[in-house]
Amino acid sequence: MNTIWTITKRELNSFFDSLVAIIMIVLFLGFSGFFTWISGSDIFLVGQASLRTFFGIAYWTLFFFIPALTMRMLAEEKKSGTIEMLLTKPVTDRQVILGKYLATIILIAIALAFTLPYVITISKIGNLDAGGMICGYLALLFISAAYASIGLFTSSLTANQIVAFLSALFIGLFFHIIFQIIAGGMKGVVGQIVNKLSMTVHFESLSRGVLDSKDLIYFGSIIFMGLFLTEVSLAKRNVFN
Amino acid sequence: MDIVIENLVKRFGNQKAVDNISLKVATGEILGFLGPNGAGKTTTMKIITSYISADEGSVTIGGKSVFDDPLEIKKHIGYLPENNPLYQEMPVIDYLEFCAKIHNIGRDKIGRRVVEMIRMTGLNKEKHKKIGELSKGFRQRVGLAQAMIHDPQILLLDEPTSGLDPNQIAEIRRLIRELGREKTVILSTHILPEVEATCDRIFIINKGKLVADGTAESLRKQAQGSDIVRVRIEDGDPNQIFRSLQSLRSVSMVDFTDRMFNRFDVHCKGVDVKREIFRLCVDKKWVLTEMTPFETKLEDIFRELTMN
Repeated sequence: MNTIWTITKRELNSFFDSLVAIIMIVLFLGFSGFFTWISGSDIFLVGQASLRTFFGIAYWTLFFFIPALTMRMLAEEKKSGTIEMLLTKPVTDRQVILGKYLATIILIAIALAFTLPYVITISKIGNLDAGGMICGYLALLFISAAYASIGLFTSSLTANQIVAFLSALFIGLFFHIIFQIIAGGMKGVVGQIVNKLSMTVHFESLSRGVLDSKDLIYFGSIIFMGLFLTEVSLAKRNVFN
Repeated sequence: MDIVIENLVKRFGNQKAVDNISLKVATGEILGFLGPNGAGKTTTMKIITSYISADEGSVTIGGKSVFDDPLEIKKHIGYLPENNPLYQEMPVIDYLEFCAKIHNIGRDKIGRRVVEMIRMTGLNKEKHKKIGELSKGFRQRVGLAQAMIHDPQILLLDEPTSGLDPNQIAEIRRLIRELGREKTVILSTHILPEVEATCDRIFIINKGKLVADGTAESLRKQAQGSDIVRVRIEDGDPNQIFRSLQSLRSVSMVDFTDRMFNRFDVHCKGVDVKREIFRLCVDKKWVLTEMTPFETKLEDIFRELTMN
């Protein structure tokens, strides 16, 4: 655990030193703030003291920002060769992966924490549903965790950050919209199964304030698969030069 | 701690990167690991550090298999990878602290250890600079510092002096020799004089296979077969000198190396050859102006063993 935390701290420091973290937080707040308060179907247009608008927008902003956070994590280490330096120290592949993963989650949690003023403002305007709010934030954290594991996996596949970023978006796109669209065109059991694969379906049910174990299992499986495949992909160094 | 490698085989696809290598390195020994590019040196090093797995064979360090408990073994290894990869964006001191923490050095000892390493490698003025801003020589020192921060029993150095200036090279070599007294060191390099200057033993591989193992001296003996003395004898007829040398008892063969200046390579079979040549010159009133024992250069041995 100590080792994981050491790696996490280094990642976080490098996020903040390289300004990646600051830029990410500023952009995230800028985008979600703009569309929540000023433009489009914002809160005043909807006319409800609810954070649903914000959650819907954050769902999309995070979809783009998370691959940008994870793309360098392993790709850069592979490119510069530091992965060899790191893995020949007394750490396991898993500790390195978990350390980096944890750093991403913490950074996203920090970004989300900066939106707490929204919560305060809206609760002053009207009657805010506390349960719905908590579930909404939980849902954002869960989809972030899921996309972060996918991003970490694509980052482990290549030494090129752009490739890592685009392939994470590509895989993410399936969960984000494509499965839902495909399911719409299908009937019966297959359609239902594909529909269940869609992140949006689970996100909406959770952010509506329904804490269902099915959703948690869904997010948990994606996270597990992502991290597991990352470990497999790191172990590929034993086979290819 | 000693390193014992037995029948090590590593394949990448159909290609054998390491082909049945066996090797023993004792505690306090500095082993020079030589071979042309792509011979399998780095792969072997990576296997010893358990960064990659082997297909066949075994590597044991201090009697324990590297493959059984890599985490435990890694604690005793200090490794400087090829090209010395470092986190460019980190300041030197932060980086060394990170390495110390990863090695689970006690919280109270980290500071002391880091300062010690900085002093040992002469990084005091650069300790707050980012690694990416350092010159190659200083970066190499950071690489050495991170490899030694946990005071490992075993040091694996992959081309430790590449990119350094002659002063720094001399300094690093002195450091390695010093460390080699109590630690087990494997040093891979292309610079052959470096091996002679620092290593107790030389291990040459080519295309994944062992081609030579021994001290520089024994390799030389093996390569040239007999001792050679290079002489220059003046004030005489070259052909007559040649014949006289040939007729000496302890001489097996004489080569003309330079007819203009009467230079000869004398291959000897006895130990008295230098005396005999001297006496011959005195008898014939020739002037002996040069007599040097000739050593085959390590470069030549290396080329002979690794060129097909």
